[in-house]
Amino acid sequence: MTGQELDVAERRDARLTAVRRIAVLPARNEEKSVAGVIHEIRTADPELEIVVVDDGSVDATSQVAEATGAAVLRLPYNLGIGGAVQTGYQYALEKDFDIAVQVDADGQHDPKEIARLLEPILEGRADMVVGTRFAEGGGYRGTRMRRVGIHLFAAIVSLIVRQRVTDTTSGFRAANRKVIRLFAADYPHDYPEVEATVVLTRYGLKMIEVPVQMRIRETGNSSITAVRSVYYMVKVLLALFIGLFRRYPTPLEEP
Amino acid sequence: MTPFRVSITAAIAAVILLLVIFELIRSRRLQERYALLWLLTGLVIFVLAVWRGLLSKFADAVGIAYPPSALFVLASFFVLVVLLHYSTVISKLSDQNTALAQRLALMENRLEERETKTD
Repeated sequence: MTGQELDVAERRDARLTAVRRIAVLPARNEEKSVAGVIHEIRTADPELEIVVVDDGSVDATSQVAEATGAAVLRLPYNLGIGGAVQTGYQYALEKDFDIAVQVDADGQHDPKEIARLLEPILEGRADMVVGTRFAEGGGYRGTRMRRVGIHLFAAIVSLIVRQRVTDTTSGFRAANRKVIRLFAADYPHDYPEVEATVVLTRYGLKMIEVPVQMRIRETGNSSITAVRSVYYMVKVLLALFIGLFRRYPTPLEEP
Repeated sequence: MTPFRVSITAAIAAVILLLVIFELIRSRRLQERYALLWLLTGLVIFVLAVWRGLLSKFADAVGIAYPPSALFVLASFFVLVVLLHYSTVISKLSDQNTALAQRLALMENRLEERETKTD
């Protein structure tokens, strides 16, 4: 590290000391990977607190997570990714966190990249930062079907929010207090990332993307199987279309 | 062939149905996932009302002599599917409600145990 880089790192650390931040890990049947992800997060940022939202797992996800000392919210039954993530945002709001970072419990998001997601929020350049697989510097391999869906949504969302968006389905994102407040109250169902990006922008908040490297999932399957992907695509397209006709109040200030 | 007035009435009814569904979703009184079947119903009725040739062909194929009957047979079929779908939704909700009540009872018990300990 050169002297200048060290300076930058130190300055960032100084800025971070005043910022209470939490990682939200939605997890469904991730007993094999959740402890590893928690460990990696603590290595990358020891001051980042962790809440695991166990979305109706039938395996030992909750017990494994509790054993690491992380906070665990055990939902009484499966709510789907939207409901699980929103529970995490509600926890972050209730516990007065300044920044919440969504990280998948299956290990596809590299906790070493969290610092890059926080940077724009600390600098006040964005309200939400999304780690993208496609912008320059990112790397992604996936099935063709998934890629087609992802690119289609990217094109439509870019049109709606009048800003280039490359990866609307990424669940690797950091949110500031305003976004935490918004998502705690209003978060889409089922397959929420695409709509969440649009809703946020329509509320007048700023989203930016940061390229990140994503890994192949350690365990488990994608929550989106081939059969369901068509249904989800239709549903999300309908939601996006009707969303155009909704009115959104202007941003929510702290009460 | 379907009488012209039947086609017009059916098309208007379908459009009204679609508009009502749209407004219900927009005002958040209906979730998208429960609206999809209704939208499909509205669209199919609308297409068959407007595209009279297709309705005649369909009536022929299933052996209905009077095409407008086919329209209403199809409409009833879709309503049946929507109802069946709702039965599955109600079953799921009832299961979830049970789970919620049970977790609440256990939680209350845990809370009371903790309160008696601190007394």
